[in-house]
Amino acid sequence: MSTRPADTESVGGSPAWRERLFTTLQRRGAIVVLILVVAVSAVVFDNFLTEQNLENIVLQGAFLGLIVVGMTFVIISGGIDLSVGSMVGLGGILAALTVQVSWPLALILPPLACGLIGFGNGLLIAKAKMAPFIVTLAGLLGIRGLALAFANEKPIRIGGGSPFDWFGQGQILGISVPVIFVVIAFAVGGLVLARTSYGRIIFAIGGSEESARLMGLPVDRTKVIAYTASGALAGLAGALLAARLSAGDPNAGLAWELDAISAVVVGGTLLTGGAGTMSGSLAGVLLLSILQNLINQVGTLGSYAQQVVSGFFLIVVVVVQAYLSRKERS
Amino acid sequence: MGFRRMESVRMDRGATPNKSFDISTATSWVRGRGVYVAFVVLVIFNLIATPNFASVATLSTLLITVSPIVLVALGVALAIGTEGIDLSVGSVMALASAFLPLYLGYGWPIGLSVALLVGALAGLVNGSLVAFVGVQPIIATLAMLVGGRGLAQIFAGGQSLLVTDPVILWLGQGRPFGIPAPVIVAVAAVLMVGFLVKRTTFGRYVVAIGGNRSASYLSGHPVRRTLLAVYVISGLLAALAGVVATARLGASDPSNIGLLIELSAITAVVVGGTPLSGGKVKVMGTVMGALLIQLISNTFIANDLPFTWAQVLTAAIILVAVYLQKGRGVV
Repeated sequence: MSTRPADTESVGGSPAWRERLFTTLQRRGAIVVLILVVAVSAVVFDNFLTEQNLENIVLQGAFLGLIVVGMTFVIISGGIDLSVGSMVGLGGILAALTVQVSWPLALILPPLACGLIGFGNGLLIAKAKMAPFIVTLAGLLGIRGLALAFANEKPIRIGGGSPFDWFGQGQILGISVPVIFVVIAFAVGGLVLARTSYGRIIFAIGGSEESARLMGLPVDRTKVIAYTASGALAGLAGALLAARLSAGDPNAGLAWELDAISAVVVGGTLLTGGAGTMSGSLAGVLLLSILQNLINQVGTLGSYAQQVVSGFFLIVVVVVQAYLSRKERS
Repeated sequence: MGFRRMESVRMDRGATPNKSFDISTATSWVRGRGVYVAFVVLVIFNLIATPNFASVATLSTLLITVSPIVLVALGVALAIGTEGIDLSVGSVMALASAFLPLYLGYGWPIGLSVALLVGALAGLVNGSLVAFVGVQPIIATLAMLVGGRGLAQIFAGGQSLLVTDPVILWLGQGRPFGIPAPVIVAVAAVLMVGFLVKRTTFGRYVVAIGGNRSASYLSGHPVRRTLLAVYVISGLLAALAGVVATARLGASDPSNIGLLIELSAITAVVVGGTPLSGGKVKVMGTVMGALLIQLISNTFIANDLPFTWAQVLTAAIILVAVYLQKGRGVV
């Protein structure tokens, strides 16, 4: 860390400038890659920049995006939330079950119920001091079981004509409603993370939980809120997805926790906690979404190749990050 | 914490083989008691509630279905022991399953070797990323989880191929002396991994790295080589599980074999008393953990209860078991 004059001279050139570039690349790497990918795709694929295609990309990432906002908070605090994918399934089922009773309830109940489960996760992690990985792994299994049990293991159709559909299929000024939700979520999440004391405490906990505690910061409360928010957002994503598909599918969101973690990590947030940005996570979601879109455009690549490319892409980004952060440290 | 760990290590080494076995068994009984108690309770419940529970058929079904989980859980336990994790085991099973029928035409030794080699190779990639590049294990193996199954499906051409080789089929369906072959494979793997953990320097390195990686490095332990070996072993065991599962089906099935098994494996390891923070590997606990979660689903199926609630109960048992262990200072 301490750079003695002798070291900096031996590197040659302007080390300060280079160091800053490395830091920027590591922290903002996802955005740089995103711009590159968009530029290249726009040149290579004729219909990449069409309004329809861009709309598809954004809509594809919208539901995952809601989860990613919560996941970013949780990961920066040094935790992890594996239960979000199952909560998408549960949220959709709760929405489909309650929409006949009243449509506002179908919109409010899923985030409320999943937020409550997230609150439980948070309590077990913060108060009972259990490992986040285990608590939310149990959540992953149990919540999916609940969703399947409530739905009798079959998707539940939502009859047409309800105002609830609008939240998945409607548009405001030509923009899909789920996209508006996710934009608001990222904006609010970004502001809270970067500009409020709550966000600062999240970073402090991720950096060193013990130090944060000794400084008298409300560690437990902060963590519980993060997991509650993560659950509520996942529930909301489930409800909106159900509105989009006109059905609650108990298997919706299967393995989405992995996509969400990928997006956050690709976005430059360290899994060890203490560092990360909301804009990076947004870029991460868009990158995953664009990647899928491009593979569909190429057409000759099957859905299997898509998985291979996604896995490979994740590794390349992480290896580059590891390389850059090592450079930064040395 | 670290000090106590070293203490128990030295105890094992210093005592005579027979005595040290007693000590380690006793400790695992006390510390990981949750999983044993839960298992006994569930067995008693089944003896009362489930018709025909105490039969050879029930027992052998339980043991056969649990075998692949035990195989992959052993590898995951080693990875967790080094404070890592291996999420890719299910996809590695699929890879082995996809490759097995492709080379069976050259005879079963070639087919089997290729399948195992593919697993070892996947483990080598995971291990290199973790040990040499410094990628976090959860991310390295997550990428393999996502990409591995895709690769498996590409190589299998997206279809399921029949396996007709009698030797391979025997691995899944044979019954020497009335004991199902998958169970023999699993028991052999348990004994080998148990030996590795308890009786070899490699096992000591695994535990030492998990306890404190930099201390281990400063003590001159071959940290990177050990990590590499751990992930290769995990890949090999997963490939073996893939071969056994394929042989049992009589066909490769890269889309479904090993799907979500990483969750069962991690559950088995954690419920069995291996802390996620590393520094300890409970081989018998892992086996018991796997038996416990399989017995839960079998109990629900045998009693015509909705299977999905088995998942909810498993989740509850994970939380309770881990909470109890935490009280005993394990996690």
